[in-house]
Amino acid sequence: MSQVISANRLSDGIVVFRASGGAWVEQLRDAEILPDASAVKAAMGLVEKDVLANHVIEVAAFDVAVKGDHVEPVHLRDKIRAKGPTTHPDHGKQAAL
Amino acid sequence: MYRYDEFDAAFVADRLNQFSDQVQRRLSGELTEEQFRIHRLMNGVYLQLHAYMLRIAIPYGTLSPRQLRKLAHIARRYDKGFGHFTTRQNIQFNWPALKDIPAILGELASVEMHAIQTSGNCIRNVTADHFAGAAADEIEDPRPYAEILRQWSSIHPEFTYLPRKFKLALSGSPHDRAAIQVHDIGYQLVKNDKGDTGFAVFVGGGLGRTPMVGHKIRDFLAPQDLLAYTQAIVRVYNLEGRRDNKYKARIKILVHEKGFEAMREAVEAEFAADKNELLALPQSEIDRISAYFAPPDLEERPAQSQALTARRASDPAFGAFADTNVAKHRQPGYGLLTISLKPIGGIPGDATAEQMELVAELAETFGHDEIRVSHEQNLVLPHVALDDLPAIYDALAAQGLATANAGLISDIISCPGMDYCSLATARSIPVAQRISERFADGPRAKEIGAMKIKISGCINACGHHHVGHIGILGLERKGVETYQLTLGGSADEGCKLGDITGPGFSYEDVVDAIETVVDTYVGLRTSADEDFLRAYRRVGMAPFKKALYERDSGSDI
Repeated sequence: MSQVISANRLSDGIVVFRASGGAWVEQLRDAEILPDASAVKAAMGLVEKDVLANHVIEVAAFDVAVKGDHVEPVHLRDKIRAKGPTTHPDHGKQAAL
Repeated sequence: MYRYDEFDAAFVADRLNQFSDQVQRRLSGELTEEQFRIHRLMNGVYLQLHAYMLRIAIPYGTLSPRQLRKLAHIARRYDKGFGHFTTRQNIQFNWPALKDIPAILGELASVEMHAIQTSGNCIRNVTADHFAGAAADEIEDPRPYAEILRQWSSIHPEFTYLPRKFKLALSGSPHDRAAIQVHDIGYQLVKNDKGDTGFAVFVGGGLGRTPMVGHKIRDFLAPQDLLAYTQAIVRVYNLEGRRDNKYKARIKILVHEKGFEAMREAVEAEFAADKNELLALPQSEIDRISAYFAPPDLEERPAQSQALTARRASDPAFGAFADTNVAKHRQPGYGLLTISLKPIGGIPGDATAEQMELVAELAETFGHDEIRVSHEQNLVLPHVALDDLPAIYDALAAQGLATANAGLISDIISCPGMDYCSLATARSIPVAQRISERFADGPRAKEIGAMKIKISGCINACGHHHVGHIGILGLERKGVETYQLTLGGSADEGCKLGDITGPGFSYEDVVDAIETVVDTYVGLRTSADEDFLRAYRRVGMAPFKKALYERDSGSDI
C-alpha cells in the first residue's frame, strides 16, 4: 500500500508531511507518495537527518489511498491529522483548503 | 481564595526559569526529544494529534476573575481563541507553539497559576467539590485541605517518580460531587460520634482500562493527620507499586493484587511508624490556610426572590434555566449557578475567550469574585443573589451560555477523543454533539430528568464512561469506530461501575442506541420521580438489553 511520511514540527508541533526532495510541507496534497515498502524505507533513511537536526519529531509513515490526483489517508486518525478536528472545520489544515 | 506567598511565587518563578531554559535548549538542539520529553510532561506540555497541548492546573477548581481573564488572553493570543475545561479541573489549550510556552507560563505565573504536575508520574492537580464553601449540605469547606495537600505534594522529592500518576480528590459534603471514590485517594469530610470533623479516606479507586471503586481505608482521620496518613499511603504505593508494566502500575492494581486488608495494614503500620511531629498539621496552619477561603460577606436577603418570581412568570425559558442550573446555597436568597459549557450541539467543556471574559465580569459584578470549574466540564458562580439571576441570565444568553441543561441528558462529559488526542481510538465529541442535538434542553430533556452521559474515546476513560448513568466507550474494531455502552454507573457517594450492555454500536447507530435506552427507561419507570439510575437498579439490564439487541421487540437499530 502507498504511504506518506508525516511528523510534527518541533517548534510549534504542527503536522507536516515529507515532500519529494525532502522538504516538510503542511498539506497532504503536496506530500510525496511512496508506492511501496522499499520506497518508505529509503525515505525514512533520509529523514533521520531532520530528526537529528531537531526540525521534526514523531516521524512515522501512514497508509494512503491514491485516486487520480487525490490522496486520502486510509485510517480515520490520519484523516483527522491531515485535515484537523472534525468538530472545528475552521481549525487545522482544513481551514486553508 | 488562596494567594501565593513569597515562597510560592519564588517556587513558580524558579520552575518557569528552569523550564524556559529547557525549552530553549530543546529548540537549539542541545536536548534531544528523548531527554526533553520528561521535562515537558512535568510541565503539562503534551504532543497531540495536531499540535502541542498545554494543560494548566486549576487547583480544586477555584478561579478568580483575574485568572479567568488571563486564560482568555492566552486563548486569544497564543491559541485559537478558546480553551477546553477537562474532567480534572484543568484547562487545556490545543494549539500552542512550543516556542511560545515559556511566555504563556510567564503570563500564568503573573496570576498565580502554572502547569506543574499536570502530567507525569506524580501527584496531579488536587480536585474538590465545585460547590465547596457554598453548598447547603456541606460539613466543611474541603479546599483548605486541598491547598495543604497541593503545597505538600508540589515537587515532593520522595514522590516525583511514582510508578504511575496519582490523583487526589476531596468532598466536604455527604453528597459526593467530586467523584472521590474513583480517585487514587478520596477524602470525604465527616463528623464522628463526638461531633469532631475529620476525613473518611478511600484508596485505590480509578477508571482507565481496569476500573475500580475505592475502598474505605479509614472511617475517620483527624485533620492534623492528613499529611502523615497521605504520606503513608503514597509511600507504600511508591515502594510496592508495580513498575514493570505501566498498565498495572496504578495504586488500584496494588490494592487489588496485595489485597485490601493487607494494604490497610501496611498503610497503618507505615503511618504508626512515621507518625512524627514534622507532618502533624498544627491547627494554626489549618486556620491560616482556611482564612484564605473565608466565605464572602453575603448580605441577608429574603429566601424568596421577587425579581426571580416575576421574571419566571413572564419568561418560561428563564424559569427552566432557574430550575435546572441553580443549586441550593447554604444562605437563603442565594444560589449556586452552573454555567453550562454544553450548548446544544456544542463541544462539551469548550469556552471562547469572549465567554471567559463574560464569566469573569459576572463574577466581579454579581459573584463575589469567585468562579469554579467542575469536573463535569462546566463553570460555576458559587455565590449569586437570586435577585440578580435575571440580569445574569440575560448576559449569559447574549454569549450563548444560558443553556438550561445542568444535570440533564445534554450535560454530557466527553473527553477530546480522536479529534485531538493521540491515544484515542474513536471520536467522542461528535457523539456528544449528536446526542445533545437529539435530546436538547427542552421539554423532552426535562421529562427524561437527571441523566449523566459520559463518553470516552479510548479505554483510558478520561470521559469517566464507567461511572456514567449511561457510559459510552469509543473503540476501534477492524479500522472502524465502534461504541460500547454501559448502564447504571455512578460517581457519587453510591459509586458504582456501569454494566456493559453487549456488542458495540457503529458511529452512525450509537445515538439511536442511546435513544432506545432512554425510551426504555421512560417506558418502565414507576413515575417521573424514579430517575434513570434508580430505575436501572430496580429492573437491571434485561429490559435494556432486549430493547437494544432484539430488533423484533421494537428496537429501531
